[in-house]
Amino acid sequence: MDVRGRNHVTVSGRAGGPVVMLAHGFGCDQNMWRLVLPRLERDFTVVLFDHVGAGRSDLSAWSRARYSTLDGYTDDVLEICRELALGPVTFVGHSVSASMGVLAAAREPEAFTSLVLLTPSPCFIDDPATGYRGGFSAEDIDELLGSLDANYLGWSGAMAPVIMGNPERPELGEELANSFCRTDPDIARVFARVTFLSDHRADLAGVTVPTLVAQCSHDAIAPPEVGEFVRSQIRGSRLITLNAIGHCPQLAAPEETAAAIADFVPAAP
Amino acid sequence: MTHRIDDDDQTALSALLEDSAEDLYEHAPCGYLSTLLDGTIAKINTTLLDWLGHARDDLIGQKTFADLLTVGGRIYHETHYAPLLRMQGEVSGIALELKTADGARLPVLVTSTVKSDADGRPLLIRTTLFDARDRRAYETELLRARQEAEREREELKRLNATLQQTLLPPALVNVPGLDVAAHYHIASVDQVGGDFYDLFPLADGTWGLFLGDVCGKGAAAAAVTSLARYTLRAAAVYDPDPAAVLHNLNTVLNHEYNGHDPRFCTVVFGLLTPDADHGGFRITLASGGHPPALLLRADGGVAPLPTPGGQLIGALPDVQIATTSLHLEAGDTLLLHTDGLTEAHTAQNGTIRDGGRYGDEALLDFARALAPTTASGAIAAIRDLLDTLGVGVDDDTAVLAINVPRPASEGHQP
Repeated sequence: MDVRGRNHVTVSGRAGGPVVMLAHGFGCDQNMWRLVLPRLERDFTVVLFDHVGAGRSDLSAWSRARYSTLDGYTDDVLEICRELALGPVTFVGHSVSASMGVLAAAREPEAFTSLVLLTPSPCFIDDPATGYRGGFSAEDIDELLGSLDANYLGWSGAMAPVIMGNPERPELGEELANSFCRTDPDIARVFARVTFLSDHRADLAGVTVPTLVAQCSHDAIAPPEVGEFVRSQIRGSRLITLNAIGHCPQLAAPEETAAAIADFVPAAP
Repeated sequence: MTHRIDDDDQTALSALLEDSAEDLYEHAPCGYLSTLLDGTIAKINTTLLDWLGHARDDLIGQKTFADLLTVGGRIYHETHYAPLLRMQGEVSGIALELKTADGARLPVLVTSTVKSDADGRPLLIRTTLFDARDRRAYETELLRARQEAEREREELKRLNATLQQTLLPPALVNVPGLDVAAHYHIASVDQVGGDFYDLFPLADGTWGLFLGDVCGKGAAAAAVTSLARYTLRAAAVYDPDPAAVLHNLNTVLNHEYNGHDPRFCTVVFGLLTPDADHGGFRITLASGGHPPALLLRADGGVAPLPTPGGQLIGALPDVQIATTSLHLEAGDTLLLHTDGLTEAHTAQNGTIRDGGRYGDEALLDFARALAPTTASGAIAAIRDLLDTLGVGVDDDTAVLAINVPRPASEGHQP
């Protein structure tokens, strides 16, 4: 298996600089990072990739068995690290990918110098038993998954990825509007299930590398309590609130987000 | 054709232009919405307010666009819609659902563009929404029809697999003094193929075996396959001489399918007799138009066993059958195959022979590399070969191997 092709891995920025690996969340691909990229490329070697099923990843590499839990995605992150052999990285995980970073760093701490968890949510569903507030009721998430199953959202129209899996003709993709968030709908449905039904609260305590939790001031998907919860569960972690509205600070407030990441990357040894 | 506007028309048009821009905005047949960059609603038209059942003052400055959506729509908005809009400056034709004041759902198609100032700085987001109830109903119907079609295709696959199974022996029988193995490769799950084989006991310790390929695919070919299989078994009991067996099959097929729907097949039939004097087996092969069997000798030599002049079975009232006889020594392996293997398309540079097909020569080379072998060894190697050829194998392929094991005293099997 060619890991670079599977995940459409791209490496850019300053050769020999500290390595920063950016992992996109549910709903888009590595284009999510385009606005923070210029700032980060100045000082760092930047690794971008698409999760299998998103962007220009190899769709044929997807299997329900591997990607029905975050473990499969976590394996991919670790395999990319091994394949590139660039040494330990600062892993920046957005949204659900923050949980992948948590799992990967708990499993192989030596592969990571630090973690940046960008609008993380270890569990999207409220848990009245423990007083945890994830922001959504179980019914809310059922509704989301139901509408995805019925193909009611988004991609029933212009998002339909006609050009998906056509790597031999990339120019087709460029002509399409909405081409930045190409996602195979069948795979996205399973990824939505993994994203919104997973509960990785218990895994947070396993993180031993320096960790920055960055949340947004107004986030319709991850309320402020979640950021505080993550900080309280990871020993020694720091929480900052970015002045950004929405769930995607790398787009809404790219300068501030890039600066927060850059400040947290440890200087090269 | 052009139309000249006269004075009367001009008057009528002026009356129409009373339809002010303001009124057009408010009562357009679609929803209009302007929001700040953070999504806060700044302006909304009457049409959309009527759809939603909300008062203007409850929304302006109070709610965001995402607040008007169902939970699923809101998450989709945050994870797909808003990022796309940021990156592209516009998003078009996305299906979302509005939540109305009385809790009902209204499917809409949404398009947004970012309006920027003279310096290109984004100012606000303009959004139009179209009622998509009819379209949603149509999509639901399409989805239902597709699911139905998928269910039926699954059922067809299952029936095909079952039918295919009935055309092959459930397992090869154990022949004393012989190692036997077979493999059937199904090229398409949508259509039953026409390859067949069998190995079965006859009188006085002799054994019959056959392997063949009916022309065509699908249910009609399966019917011929079934007829050929049972005719061969019955004919072998009646007169086990291989040429006689194939002559009888030819007569049956020719009588059954005379006229406008000729059906024929290629078959190789063998009669195996244990050689009490010299050990091993004697085998007589009769072939009707079938690719030659391969003999993989114990010493590593490989020989095709040509049966020239044999003709298709079932095509003509009287048919030429070619026979050949040989002795199978300890360590020898006889390999029978159908042409699905040699007709497989090959793509890799350097291995294209016989016009892009795998070809007889390649198979001969393959056998030379393999010999000496065993029945199970030969079948395992062919299965690997079929895997390598992959989708290039576009016809079913049957292979049958028989091998006379070396005595245990000769040491290990290769």
